[in-house]
Amino acid sequence: MITKTLLRAFDGKAIWVVAILIAIAVAVPASNLYLPVGHPLRVPNHFVPLLGKYLTYAMLALALDLVWGYCGILSLGHGAFFAFGGYAMGMYLMRQIGDRGVYANPVLPDFMVFLNYQELPWFWYGFDMFWFAAIMVVLVPGVLAFVFGWFAFRSRVTGVYLSIITQAMTYALLLAFFRNDMGFGGNNGLTDFKDILGAPLQAGSTRAALFAASAIALALSFIVCSAIVRSKLGKVLVAVRDAESRTRFLGYRVDNYKLFAFTASAVIAGIAGALYVPQVGIINPGEFAPANSIEIVIWTAVGGRGTLIGPIVGAVLVNAGKSWFTGVFPEFWLFALGGLFVAVTLFLPKGIVGALAQGWTALKAQRVSAQAEDGSDAAPEPSPAE
Amino acid sequence: MDQNHPPLLYLDGVSVSFDGFKAINNLSLIVQHGELQAIIGPNGAGKTTMMDIITGKTRPDEGEVFFAGDVDLTRLDEAAIAELGIGRKFQKPTVFESHTVWDNLELALKKPRDVFSAWFYHPSKEDVGRLEDILATIRLTERREERAANLSHGQKQWLEIGMLLAQDPKLLLVDEPVAGMTDAETVETAKLLREIAKSRSVVVIEHDMSFIRDLAARVTVLAEGSVLAQGSLDHVSADPRVIESYLGR
Repeated sequence: MITKTLLRAFDGKAIWVVAILIAIAVAVPASNLYLPVGHPLRVPNHFVPLLGKYLTYAMLALALDLVWGYCGILSLGHGAFFAFGGYAMGMYLMRQIGDRGVYANPVLPDFMVFLNYQELPWFWYGFDMFWFAAIMVVLVPGVLAFVFGWFAFRSRVTGVYLSIITQAMTYALLLAFFRNDMGFGGNNGLTDFKDILGAPLQAGSTRAALFAASAIALALSFIVCSAIVRSKLGKVLVAVRDAESRTRFLGYRVDNYKLFAFTASAVIAGIAGALYVPQVGIINPGEFAPANSIEIVIWTAVGGRGTLIGPIVGAVLVNAGKSWFTGVFPEFWLFALGGLFVAVTLFLPKGIVGALAQGWTALKAQRVSAQAEDGSDAAPEPSPAE
Repeated sequence: MDQNHPPLLYLDGVSVSFDGFKAINNLSLIVQHGELQAIIGPNGAGKTTMMDIITGKTRPDEGEVFFAGDVDLTRLDEAAIAELGIGRKFQKPTVFESHTVWDNLELALKKPRDVFSAWFYHPSKEDVGRLEDILATIRLTERREERAANLSHGQKQWLEIGMLLAQDPKLLLVDEPVAGMTDAETVETAKLLREIAKSRSVVVIEHDMSFIRDLAARVTVLAEGSVLAQGSLDHVSADPRVIESYLGR
C-alpha cells in the first residue's frame, strides 16, 4: 500500500523533475570540482553556494505551495519555520567551532563569552552532536506548526485572519530573537562557522556536497509532496481549499487535514533552512522578518501555485533576478519585486507554469482540431473573434 | 416515544434564535425508518435552520435531537454526524468544482475519513464498481472525467445526489433539489428520490408543489419556526391555517 502510494508520486511529469534534480545534484558539483579553472562549462566557486541557496529557497516555496496552493491556507509566516531549521543547524555549527573562537572558550560560543554567560544555557545542550541537531531541525518547526495549527484550525480561523496571525507569529519571533538574553546571539545571530561533520565549510568539496545535499533534499521533498497531492489525501486538501464546509459535511475532519498539511510543510521548510545556513554562513533574526515570508508567497505566485513545479521555478527565477538586480540597481529591487507581484496577479493568475500548461493544452487542442479538419475539409477557415 | 422501535430522527421542543429572532420555535418532528418526507413552508419558516441543527452546523438553544434512538446530535460536530450516516445536499449545489465528476464521487464514497487512510487509499474493484453504478444512476457516465465546474446546473444537482448515495447514509437531507431544473429533469429527480427512499429515509425541502405531488410523500408544513400541519399534500393544502400562512399568499 505504502509503496503503491509512493510509486504514484512518479506519475507523469514528476519523474522528469526528479531526474533533472538528480542530474543537477551530480553535474554542478562534478563540473566545479573536476573541470579545470577557466573551462567554459565549469561552475565558478562562488556560484555553487549561490545555486545551493536557490535550491533551499525552492524547497521553502514548495513547502508553502503545499499549504497555500493545495489547501488554501495562505501562510505569511513560513519564514519562521525556515529560520527555526536554520537556527538548529546554526547552533550545531556554533558548537563545532569549539575553542577556535576569538575568546577560545571550549564550550561557550563567542557571543556568550562577550555577554558574560557563565555556563551554556540548557537549550544549547546536545547541539554539539549532529544527529541531535538534525532531529531538532525537523522537530522544532514541526512542533511549532502543530501547536499553532492545532489552536488556529480548531477555532476555525481561516482566510485573511489566519494569514494575519501567521504574520504576527513570525514578527513576535523576530522581536524575541533580537533580544540578547534569549541566548541565540541577538541581533548578530550565529556566524563564523568553521566546519560541518569535520569538513571545513570553506572547502570546495564541502560546498559541492552541500549543494548536492540541497538538490537531493529538494527531490525528496518533491516526491513526498507529489505522493500527497496525487493521493486521495491531496484531493481532500483541494476540496478543503475550494469548499471547506462541504468537505466537513462529507464527514472529513477538516482541521486534521489542515494540521497535517501545515505540519508537513513546516518540516520541509525547516530542513530547507538547515541546508541554507551552512551555505550562506550566517543565520540571524532577519530571517524571521515578515517581509521574508511575503517574498516566499511571491516566488510561489510567480511560478504558479497549485502546481508542484511552479514554486521551484518561481523561487529560482525570482532569486536569480534578485541576485542580478541587486548587483546592478540595488535601490530598485523592492520596486521590481512589487511590480512583478502585481503583474503576475493581473496577467498570469496561474503563474508561469500554470500559463505554460494552459498554452500547451490550447496548442494541443488546436492541433487535434486542425488534424480533424485536414481529414474532412482541406482549407481551414480563419475563425473570427477567437 | 416508543422505546423499542425508536424513530430514525426525533426532534423535540427545539428552539434557536439569532440576535433575538426566533428562527426555530419549539419545533418537534419525527422521521421514521425508510420514510420519504417533504417539508414545505414560506421563506424564513426555518427549514434550512432545521437542517443546520440536524447536521451540527447550528446548536439549538433548547430541545432534544436524537438519531437512531439514543445518539444525541446536539453534542456532535458536522464530521461526526456525517460519519453516523446523515448526508446533506445543500440548497445551492456545492460540488468540488476543480475535481472531476469521478473524484467528487470517490471523495464522498463511504471509507475511513482520517488523514492517513486517505493518503494510502487505493480504490478496490468493489469501490470502482459501486462508483460506476452511481454514475449510471445519476446519468453522468459519459462525463466522468469532466471537471465538475463544467457541468450544467441540473447535472451538478444530480452529482450532489450521487455524492450522497456514495456516502451511503441512513438519512438523506435534501434542500431544494429541483431548484433551477427543467420540467423533465424535475420529473427524473422525483423518480430518483423515490428510488433512493426505498432503502433509506429521505427528507426533502422543496417549494415546487408539482414536484412534491410527484414524490407522493408525507408533507410537513413549517411556519415561523414550528410545525403548522402534517399529512398528505391534499390534506395540508386544505388546511385553512396553511392556506393563510403560505399557499394563500
